[in-house]
Amino acid sequence: MKDVKVLGPGCKRCEATAQMVRDEAAKLGIEVTVEKVTDYAAIAGYGIASTPGIVVNGKVVHAGGLPKAEDLSGWLAAG
Amino acid sequence: MSATTLPPRHQRDNPLRWLAATAAALALWALLYAQLAPFSEWAAGLLPLAPGSRAHEALKFFIYDTPKVLLLLTLVVFAMGVVRSFFSPEHTRALLAGRREGVGNIAAAGLGVVTPFCSCSAVPLFIGFVSAGVPLGVTFSFLIAAPMVNEVALGLLFALLGWKVALTYLGFGLGVAVVAGWVIGRLKLESWLEDWVRNVRAGAVELPSADISVADRIRAGIEAVKDIVGRVWLWMIAGIAAGAFIHGYVAADLLASIMGRNAWWSVPAAVLLGIPMYSNAAGIIPVVEALIGKGAALGTVLAFMMSVIALSLPEMIILRKVLSLKLIAVFVAVVGCGILGVGFLFNLLFA
Repeated sequence: MKDVKVLGPGCKRCEATAQMVRDEAAKLGIEVTVEKVTDYAAIAGYGIASTPGIVVNGKVVHAGGLPKAEDLSGWLAAG
Repeated sequence: MSATTLPPRHQRDNPLRWLAATAAALALWALLYAQLAPFSEWAAGLLPLAPGSRAHEALKFFIYDTPKVLLLLTLVVFAMGVVRSFFSPEHTRALLAGRREGVGNIAAAGLGVVTPFCSCSAVPLFIGFVSAGVPLGVTFSFLIAAPMVNEVALGLLFALLGWKVALTYLGFGLGVAVVAGWVIGRLKLESWLEDWVRNVRAGAVELPSADISVADRIRAGIEAVKDIVGRVWLWMIAGIAAGAFIHGYVAADLLASIMGRNAWWSVPAAVLLGIPMYSNAAGIIPVVEALIGKGAALGTVLAFMMSVIALSLPEMIILRKVLSLKLIAVFVAVVGCGILGVGFLFNLLFA
């Protein structure tokens, strides 16, 4: 079970990113829990300055803009 | 690495093929652009209106400006998208953290132009910068420059008013961001931040270094065009339509007496009027062009434009989450004074 957090105040791109994570995980057959972190203080606590951000098992792997599907599958498979 | 170990994506992404395709697209662009004037002449000739009539003048303006602005905007946004793929907010923050004021303000304003930035990221960015040790004034320099001196504004000014005005705008826009940020830094207003913001202590994060190929950078340019041109084209057409109306119907003497160089009070009036108005550069610049055509002074309309873009109510409401009202008031006052100065200076220089 992978624990994925999507960091962002809840804009359109953050939604899209969360959906991408779910889709990619389903494609790879990896079980994930996707949690959206919308609290500004909590987002800042991860040390990123642009959103959406992605955290896999506690490690920040991405910040700013939609991720690329290929990169996403890499993070999910590795993390 | 030998070719056999490369993942398929890298084979698809032959850089030479991408560069060749980009060059071909640029050639096609140049061809289209060269055909613009004859095309709009021809199209205007088809209008069932008497040449020289007000409606004809207005429509001709619209027919000529719309494709021209769209083409130039696409080019500038594409180029900026490619440039921005070399920067990220996290990288910019690392460059600015702990930097001294002065030099830091200049660096922050410059980086504000080239760092990818979306207004929905304004709050995370603000906290991310301040909590990682970027001085408050330096952060403000970034936050003022990023929306004010953007690719849409520069591209449209270049398209409609020429490179001299575009470059001067770039220079003065950066100047306002540097000076206003420096002033805010000197005022030592850190205690006016919302309490929780001061308590966030986050170090800079180490992101896995993404390996970005030539193809990825060109793709970033295409994405920027889709995203930005897709978002602003409606604003732009509304702006050009408003401009066309002014061009055809508003009396020049009246406008010149209100917004002309001799009316000194018109610059502060333009700044004040611009604060509650909300539009983006795409909507406002075609109006600016038409106003100038009718005898409005350049400094007055540019001050109006900067005020509309840089001091917007929605942005202040977003920033209210991290800044106290007092700090927002100082921000508006300092930036407003900067814009005022630019307006007067422009009117003086381009007299």
